[in-house]
Formats: sequence, C-alpha cells, structure tokens
Amino acid sequence: MSEERTTMSGFEPTPTPETAPFWDATSRGELAVQFCTACARYYFYPRPQCPNCGSVHVEWRATTGRARLVSYVINYRPLPPFDPRTPLIVALVELAEGPRMMTNIVGVAPDPDHLPLDLELSVTFVAQGAVQLPVFEPAAAAA
Amino acid sequence: MHGGQVAIVGAAETDTIGKRPDISVLGLHAEAARNALRDAGMSIHDVDGIATAGLYPQDISHYLGITPRWLDGTLVGGCSFMLHVRHAAAAIAAGAADVVLITHGESGRSGIGADPWVRNPASINGQFELPYGAQAPYSTFTVPALRFLHDRNMTREHLAHVAVAQRNWAANNPRAARREPLTVDAVLNAPMVAYPFTRDMCCVVTDGGGALVVTSAERAADLPSAGRAVYLLGSGESAEGAVVSQMADPGSFAAFRAAGAEAFATAGITHADVDHLMAYDAFAHLPLYMLEDLGFVGRGESGDFVAAGNTVKGGRLPMNTNGGGLSYTHSGMYGMFAIQEAVRQLRGEAVEQLPDARISFVQGVGMFFAAAGSLVLAREPR
Repeated sequence: MSEERTTMSGFEPTPTPETAPFWDATSRGELAVQFCTACARYYFYPRPQCPNCGSVHVEWRATTGRARLVSYVINYRPLPPFDPRTPLIVALVELAEGPRMMTNIVGVAPDPDHLPLDLELSVTFVAQGAVQLPVFEPAAAAA
Repeated sequence: MHGGQVAIVGAAETDTIGKRPDISVLGLHAEAARNALRDAGMSIHDVDGIATAGLYPQDISHYLGITPRWLDGTLVGGCSFMLHVRHAAAAIAAGAADVVLITHGESGRSGIGADPWVRNPASINGQFELPYGAQAPYSTFTVPALRFLHDRNMTREHLAHVAVAQRNWAANNPRAARREPLTVDAVLNAPMVAYPFTRDMCCVVTDGGGALVVTSAERAADLPSAGRAVYLLGSGESAEGAVVSQMADPGSFAAFRAAGAEAFATAGITHADVDHLMAYDAFAHLPLYMLEDLGFVGRGESGDFVAAGNTVKGGRLPMNTNGGGLSYTHSGMYGMFAIQEAVRQLRGEAVEQLPDARISFVQGVGMFFAAAGSLVLAREPR
C-alpha cells in the first residue's frame, strides 16, 4: 500500500492534538474524518467543533476512501523541494462522504486527457517522513 | 456607512515600480508615504492614524516620525488595503482618527529587506495543503479554476481573453511591467506554469509600493488638494476559508458575494452606476469570478463578456485599466495598486483615462480565496 515518496514534497505535516487522530488513522491505512452526531454531517479539516452547526458532539469515522476529482492544476514550475522534472497534479477532491480536501493524484499521467473532472478516485498513502499522506489514484487503476 | 463623508485626499505609488534593488521593503513604504502626503498637501504632523499590512503599523509610523492615536495592522492578504480604507472611514466617522495614512511596500522581485517566508508545518495549511505542493500562488490559487470553467462550459480561451484585454490597457503605460502586444493564441501557447494557466495568465512579480491619505470630506474641502479628493461611498469585507480546498463552492467565492453586496448596499448604487471596475487579478480566472460573484454578469457569462470586448477601451465596463496584476505590477499584495488606479481614473489623471469615470468599484481578494474587500469610490460626495 505505502510507497516511498520520491517526487513529492519535503513538507512534512506536524500533527497537533486536534489533528492527531487523522494522522493516526492514515498510519493504519485509513482515511478518517470527523462526523457531527448533532447534524449528521461529515466535515474536514479536523477541529473540535462542527463548522456546520457548532456542536462539539463529534466523532472520528473511517471513510470509504472513495472520492471524485473536483478540480486540479498540473504544476510545471519548480516547487522546491519537489522534483522539478515531474509535473505534479495538485488536486481538489470530494470524498464520497461529502468533505473536500487538497491532495495529489498519482498513478496517472499528468495529462488533462487522463484527468476528466468527476473522475472516480480511491485513496492510497505515501510516506512523508513520519506520516502517511493520503493521496488519490483513479479508481479503475486501484481495482 | 460612509456615504461620501470620508475622502481619499492623497494617493501615490513609489517613484518607480518593477525592479527596485535600490530600496528595502521599509523604504518602499516610506517613499510611497512621502509621495502620498505630498499629493495631499499634508505632512507627517497631520497624520494621527496609521494602517499597513505585512509590517507592523508601529514600525511604519515610527520610521516616518508619526505619533498615532489609531493603528490598524489588518493582514488578510492582498486586499488588506481595501479593509484599511474601510476601517479608516469607520475610525474617522467615530472620531478615533482624523487623518489616516495607509501604506504598502513589497520587494516581491528583489527581496530587499523582506522577511523570510516561514511556513508552519503544524498549521492547517501546513498539514493539509502544503504537503501536496499547494504552496506557491500558481499551484494553489489556481486549483479551483478548472471546475469554474467546466461548470460553465467555458474554456482556457476565456482565461486567455482576460490576459489579452488587460495587455491592451497596459500597452501605452510606461510603468507597466508587460506591454508587448498579446493574442489569445500567444497566451495559450506561452510556457505552461500550472495547467490550465500559462505564463501570461499569471501576474508579474515586481517591487513597489503605494500609499493613501484618508480624512473626512469636511477636512478634504479645506485642503489645497480639495478638487482632487475621491470619496468613499460604500465598502464591504468578508472572508471564507483558511485553505482554498474548503471553499463552499469552488466556482464561486462567498467572500466576493458578501463583501460586494455590502459595498453596493452601503453605497446605495446599482451595477448600472459603475463606470469602472478594478478586479484584483493575481491570475486570469479572478476577474471572471468577480464579474459573476459581484453580479455584473450572470452565471457563466463572464468569459464571453470579456471576450466580446466589454472590459477594454470603449467597452461597457472598463476593467483593470492599468493593465492589472497580469500586466501592470504585482508586488505580492496588489490591492493597493488597484485602489491607486481607481483614484487616478476618478481624478482624471490615469494614463488610459476614461472619458467620464464618476464611480469606480474596486474588488480585492486576500490570500488564496480566503478574504475579500470591496470599495465604491466616487468623484463626488453624493
């Protein structure tokens, strides 16, 4: 599941107490987000109160890891310490559960012809220092 | 709010903009401040309020020799100066300040005296966006654009038309960074920065600064510069996400809608009253979002509106008449330059002067779809 990350960033997320459950989950190979039991909605990014209703009655839930491609750019400019030889797909995806997140698309050529919007995706993980970073690949490739 | 009771009585940029290896960030602030005070016919002894973004306001006031009784260090990105004008107007109306100096200076190209850019890997941004390469403006601010285009049956050509329209405004402007003629094909075939954005769809990176002097309309009338005062009719400010991925709708920015609507409402004007639009353009998609989110055109109409020539010379809504961030200048926080061009147009002192500019709408954006500030400026107090 995990692969050594060679083409991506040297920026390693530093978990905080509020976000640690997210990173603990990715280290187990799970993409988990918070769910508000008061308004029955998932949300992201991690925080102790629901941004939709303000409730603190929230819990962590594993997601299916399925998502769709909302938007993206293919970056060609040097972004140190990324490998400048490899165009990077910086993407906005929407999880099947609703929340959106920034990510990278992997396992596909960095070519718009292979990246139609709404493309079905599934999560995978890459090592980034001490954390496992969730990224996405086309669902067909993962199947 | 405002109703023309507050005026911009001094407005100036640094002596030159573009490449300024001769001067520090602090020096750019000071040069712009001296120029704006001279423009107002005022001195440092008249100023009792100071506002700036990026540096601490007390660093600017002390450097200039000003003793402030009102300070505003609001920093919400490139539209901070729109918020400073709005906050200054409220302070002046409340009696908390009489004369406010707002300064901007940035050594975006040369990096002289600039703070190092430190990124916090424990911030929300540092944990959930930076690790993916959503770091530079061109790989972050641009991310929602494909969705905007896709949902409206628009194409990259519409982005190119924005760049071409603005280059036309810059062509005769000796202060503009990019002036060579441009075609849609040339924009599309230029080196790719971050698909779908080519070089000419991205702003220039420059050094420069600007400053404004704001006071009551009553005091403005007593100044030697009275005939050149520009009045604040209305304003708005808002914010949405800390990170671009959390926009409620990637094809529309809630803060443009909120700040813009408040500016129209407080000014008591309609879209038909607007003669001139400054639409902060760090990238070519932003004026398209603004045209729709501010209600100048309907959903999905922005691209064709620009492509049909409505924003160029002789068009219905002249937009970014200095060439904008794409062609004129972009020091990092461009908002100050958008305000400066609106003031020049309303004073009748612009390089590409419109025949009868009475009301200018100035729309700013902060960070990457994070914050917004709107101003309605006018030649007359109403």
